[in-house]
Amino acid sequence: MEKKLLRFTVNESPYEIYINPKTLLVEAIRDHIGLTGTKRGCETVSCGACTVMVDGMAVKGCSVLAMQVEGKKVTTVEGLEKNGKLDPIQTAFLDEGAFQCGFCTSGMLMSAKAFLNETPKPKDEMEIRRGMEGNLCRCTGYNAIIRAIDAVGKGKYREDKR
Amino acid sequence: MSENKYSVLNTRVHNVDGHAKVTGRATYTFDVTLPGMLYGKILRSPHPHAKIVSIDYSEALKLPGVITVVTGKEDTLGVRQGIWRRYKDLCDEAILTVDKVRYIGEPVAAVAAVTEEIAEQALDLINVEYEVLPFVDDPMEAIKKEAPLIHEGFERNVNVTRQIAWGDLEDVMEEAEYVREDWFKLGGQHHMCMETRAAVANYTPDGKLTIYTSTQSAYYHQALLAGVLGLREGNIRVLAPYVGGGFGGKFELDGAQFCASILSMKCCKPVKVIFSREEDFIASKRRTPMYYYVRTGVKKDGTFCAREAKVFTNGGAYTGMGATALYLTGFFHSFPYRWKAYRYDGYRVYTNSLPSTSMRGFGAPQAMFCSEQQIEWIANDLGLDPIEMRRKNGHYEGYEVPGQATIASCGLDEALTKIQEWKKSKGKLPANRAIGISAAGFMSGGIFNWFDSPYSFSSAVITINHDGTVELHVGAQEIGQGSSTTLAMICAEALGVKLEDVKVHMGDTDHSPADLGAWGSRQTLMAGNATKMAAQDAKRQLLEFANAKLGFNIIYDLDIKQGWVYNVARPERGMSYYDLCKEALRGKEGQRIIGRGFYTPRRKGMISPAYSYMVQGLDVEIDPETGYIKIHESVTAHDCGQPINTLGLIGQLEGAASMAIGFGYYEYLPVEDGKIMNPNLVDYKLIRAPEMPACQVIEIDTYEPEGPYGAKEAGEGLTNPHAAALGNAIFYATGLQMKEAPIRAEAIAKAWKEQQQKKNEKKK
Repeated sequence: MEKKLLRFTVNESPYEIYINPKTLLVEAIRDHIGLTGTKRGCETVSCGACTVMVDGMAVKGCSVLAMQVEGKKVTTVEGLEKNGKLDPIQTAFLDEGAFQCGFCTSGMLMSAKAFLNETPKPKDEMEIRRGMEGNLCRCTGYNAIIRAIDAVGKGKYREDKR
Repeated sequence: MSENKYSVLNTRVHNVDGHAKVTGRATYTFDVTLPGMLYGKILRSPHPHAKIVSIDYSEALKLPGVITVVTGKEDTLGVRQGIWRRYKDLCDEAILTVDKVRYIGEPVAAVAAVTEEIAEQALDLINVEYEVLPFVDDPMEAIKKEAPLIHEGFERNVNVTRQIAWGDLEDVMEEAEYVREDWFKLGGQHHMCMETRAAVANYTPDGKLTIYTSTQSAYYHQALLAGVLGLREGNIRVLAPYVGGGFGGKFELDGAQFCASILSMKCCKPVKVIFSREEDFIASKRRTPMYYYVRTGVKKDGTFCAREAKVFTNGGAYTGMGATALYLTGFFHSFPYRWKAYRYDGYRVYTNSLPSTSMRGFGAPQAMFCSEQQIEWIANDLGLDPIEMRRKNGHYEGYEVPGQATIASCGLDEALTKIQEWKKSKGKLPANRAIGISAAGFMSGGIFNWFDSPYSFSSAVITINHDGTVELHVGAQEIGQGSSTTLAMICAEALGVKLEDVKVHMGDTDHSPADLGAWGSRQTLMAGNATKMAAQDAKRQLLEFANAKLGFNIIYDLDIKQGWVYNVARPERGMSYYDLCKEALRGKEGQRIIGRGFYTPRRKGMISPAYSYMVQGLDVEIDPETGYIKIHESVTAHDCGQPINTLGLIGQLEGAASMAIGFGYYEYLPVEDGKIMNPNLVDYKLIRAPEMPACQVIEIDTYEPEGPYGAKEAGEGLTNPHAAALGNAIFYATGLQMKEAPIRAEAIAKAWKEQQQKKNEKKK
């Protein structure tokens, strides 16, 4: 198939890549741009390991074609930290031990980040759990992840509090 | 809990590899790209049982971009390997089969091409002629005389048998005043590691192979690959810096590792093989499905007399670690109770289905599902309190499991009390809701050496740099369970430094001492002991210099804590550890301080040097019409000796619970005509965040003399009790006795309907 030009922004840097139009977003990010923080755990849009943010919304990178993000702003796990300073959700994951093998973690962080963007103050724990339903974790049993998101939601990592 | 006397142990710390994992910097085998790397794909058998007549791959080679094709017959040594290396006949798997296929998904040929897409296209161009053979996929059928023979020389397809026995079963059974027998059926469960099987093999013309792989034991894979490839162990370097989960499924040689290596050796280029999720389902391995017959005799007052178990396990096509699971299921079926007589006969039966192996719990979850439900039913039959009945018959400190094990630490009694208190505190629950409990115990590393390793079971080497930073080299494998953090904490505590002073080096056979790796809950105790010994060795050397430097009377003890080297009698007198390191190095003519440690269990019985204990409570709501359950709360009273890594411990227990609930309820892995029916994450159900209950852990304070600082297993044993606890809750809520795991919603609904019909008939 004839390759097509894709222009988009990844972690605030502009990219122009020539890709097969069938290329999935996760493949463009991993194989063409070389950011391997984003993982893949299935072929059925079931596990969420490839979750990234597109214009601030959580998107499973295997569920969209790369061409669909033309002109859009993609954020991957590598884009969470700014100049070596971790995002609060990353610090919360460290503080709560919200990861074990780490393979689902990038996707978890991006889903969590997008969830907190939409729901800065979750009303209860179940709301967080429902928000994270699309991401599988085989190691942690989720509870530490929920605690981490809850801590951020409750403002534990707000600048003025630290 | 008593005040923490340690400065590093049992404190909340960040995982030593945490920063890499939360920033996407952690590079897994899945992420490895080498210059000039090719992509390998595996052609798999579509038949459960067939002879390979011929393989023609000439068309595949013509496809532009295809570099090479390998087959078992032409390109491998045809060595049948296995992890039970002491027993040649149990080394039965060639990985890339030579003559016949024994399960759907078995590797038949492999292709290396410049892209994964081309490699995949090439598979369609390989023409394999099969002579299809009759097959059998159930152990109860496979053991029959007329069943097709799967391996030459294994009559009735019996792969391994195991007996465990003490006391005179029939005599003691006679003493019993109540005898109950039940049959149970246990399903398989998939490891479902987030990172599928993965390898990047790089063979170079100097005869050396470097392989990145997702493994639980770099040393095992080094040794196993050497055996099948005809290379010296020392010429193979296994690298596994980050591993996306293991759970018992990643310490046997797999198709990704073997095919990547063979392909790379043939073309002298790096080759990457990553299993798709479907491949991982159909052609890695699984928890061993079992049929369990249990006969238990007790006195009317609830005193346990005798137990007999006969078990037929579905071994699938090859042995793997399944032989160990066969032994351990029989041993842990007796746990955590004292039986005057016990007899277990286990038969591992070959079938034409996915091979079965170790998986978190290693045979014990199956055993506990049967045992802990039957015990509950017996207590009910006799009108006894099930918790008190467990207490009356439970293990205690100093108890000897006849001929098998000595229990040096045991918190079972207190754990039962804690769960009893919790149960009482819940009061009366609404209809269709009940508490189920289950007890369990587990090992802290196996003592067996069927792998025939000439090395210590665990080793550690510590070198201290002039600035006081510490390089801890271990063969223990971090797979997410937190071993690197746990060992760094033990090292820091024993040496007397800060956690951030310690760097852990593992997952590299060139630079780490050999270690059996991450399985059987062995690393905290075994690698922990080795690390502690190495740290103490290094510390002793440092203190020699400190003694000389500080000039105290020799009657005084010196120690190091949190970077301060001091006189134990007068802790304010001393010097900085960091200054001491500089001085000590100078005194050693510039050489670094090196400490060495090792651990191999000796005279510790048949199974393990130490045992953890736990009692699990679940608060469960059941809708009997649909069979759907909701777990409101999970409470675990848990004895793992001295906790080492506080956060890691909680994570391990919650993670074990999620996997155990999967085994008990969600994770159904049906096989029909030798074929796994749901090899994807849409149809294979895993617990997700909304279904996961809140988990409370009550630590029971014990001290294990064999463990480092008194520590023992945590995180695998807790895979054992949940399925039975779930079954017991269902029993109290509905009166149903569910004898098949996972307890599927459909099965509950069906059994409920039948029960209601029977009740209605009686009324008439």
